Amino acid sequence: MKELFSEKRVIRDAFIASLPVLAGYIFLGMGFGVLLSAKGYSAWWALLMSVFLYAGSMQYVGVELLATGASLITTALTTLTVQARHLFYSITLSDKYKGIGAKKAYMIHALTDETYSLVIRDYDPLDKQRNGRYCFFVSLFDHCYWISGCVLGALVGTILPFSSEGIDFVMTALFVTIFVEQWLATKDHLPVFVGIISAVIALLIFGADNFLIPAMVIIMLTFTALRFTYYKGGRKNA
Amino acid sequence: MPNGFTHSLLIVAVMAGVTAIIRFLPFFIFRGKNTPSFLLYLGQVLPQATIGMLIIFCLKNVSFLGWSFGLPELICVTLTAFLHFWKRNTLLSILAGTISYMLLVQLVF
Repeated sequence: MKELFSEKRVIRDAFIASLPVLAGYIFLGMGFGVLLSAKGYSAWWALLMSVFLYAGSMQYVGVELLATGASLITTALTTLTVQARHLFYSITLSDKYKGIGAKKAYMIHALTDETYSLVIRDYDPLDKQRNGRYCFFVSLFDHCYWISGCVLGALVGTILPFSSEGIDFVMTALFVTIFVEQWLATKDHLPVFVGIISAVIALLIFGADNFLIPAMVIIMLTFTALRFTYYKGGRKNA
Repeated sequence: MPNGFTHSLLIVAVMAGVTAIIRFLPFFIFRGKNTPSFLLYLGQVLPQATIGMLIIFCLKNVSFLGWSFGLPELICVTLTAFLHFWKRNTLLSILAGTISYMLLVQLVF
């Protein structure tokens, strides 16, 4: 009985903690869904992507990859670049998620920026058992919000009473807000300029349809060079 | 569906597969070991560079020399960035930017 009571409490705590994510995920998910349906894909595709890919920025970029019929190698390299930050979420959590059991596989899959920040914030090093369940339910609730938003957007997208021309800008706007957040979070703005300048150079040389891979190569080469020069001995003012 | 069922499904599968590898790999290889410092360094700088690249990716088809001269994009990127610096409300910034853009391209340009 006590066990059941505490389980209920953990679920309630997780639900309350996840509420701030609710509005954001429904909204961003719907933006994705509307965009996807504007490119001619049904709500089933929104469901498929939100369940198995489950990643904000990457799903938006994915719409573009689908719409232009990108090659699988472009798709793989783009995913690698856009999702690289998840490597570091997983590195940080590989220790904290130790000994959780079968739920762990799902929790690793369901790691997003928002879920990560909640899990890190509320992690209790003294109560491993609670952590496992709490983090599992936070992950699950956030995932449900995202799936609902994506599918709802795709359904709404087919019955919009006005022209959807220009809806593509929702992706640009999303990235601009992330850009501003990152800008305010750090003093060292060199990396973002590396990204912008590399992309512009690649765009001018290779054209709009083929510039992503060259841009990623230039970015990696630049950062490798900077590691031995400007960033030698670590990152200043970060 | 502009590019066929099978190719679309493969694109989704590759995106999900690569993402899964990125998410799961550290739980197998870095467990209990020190993460290589070059990788940690990339973890700091790459996310910022990626956003810069993605913004260019979004604007890749804008023609700055032909009609509209990139004006709707310029106006709405500035508006979104300004609103976000000011209020830091993601919903507001995205909604205002997107609606302004849709109005501009449908009614003005």
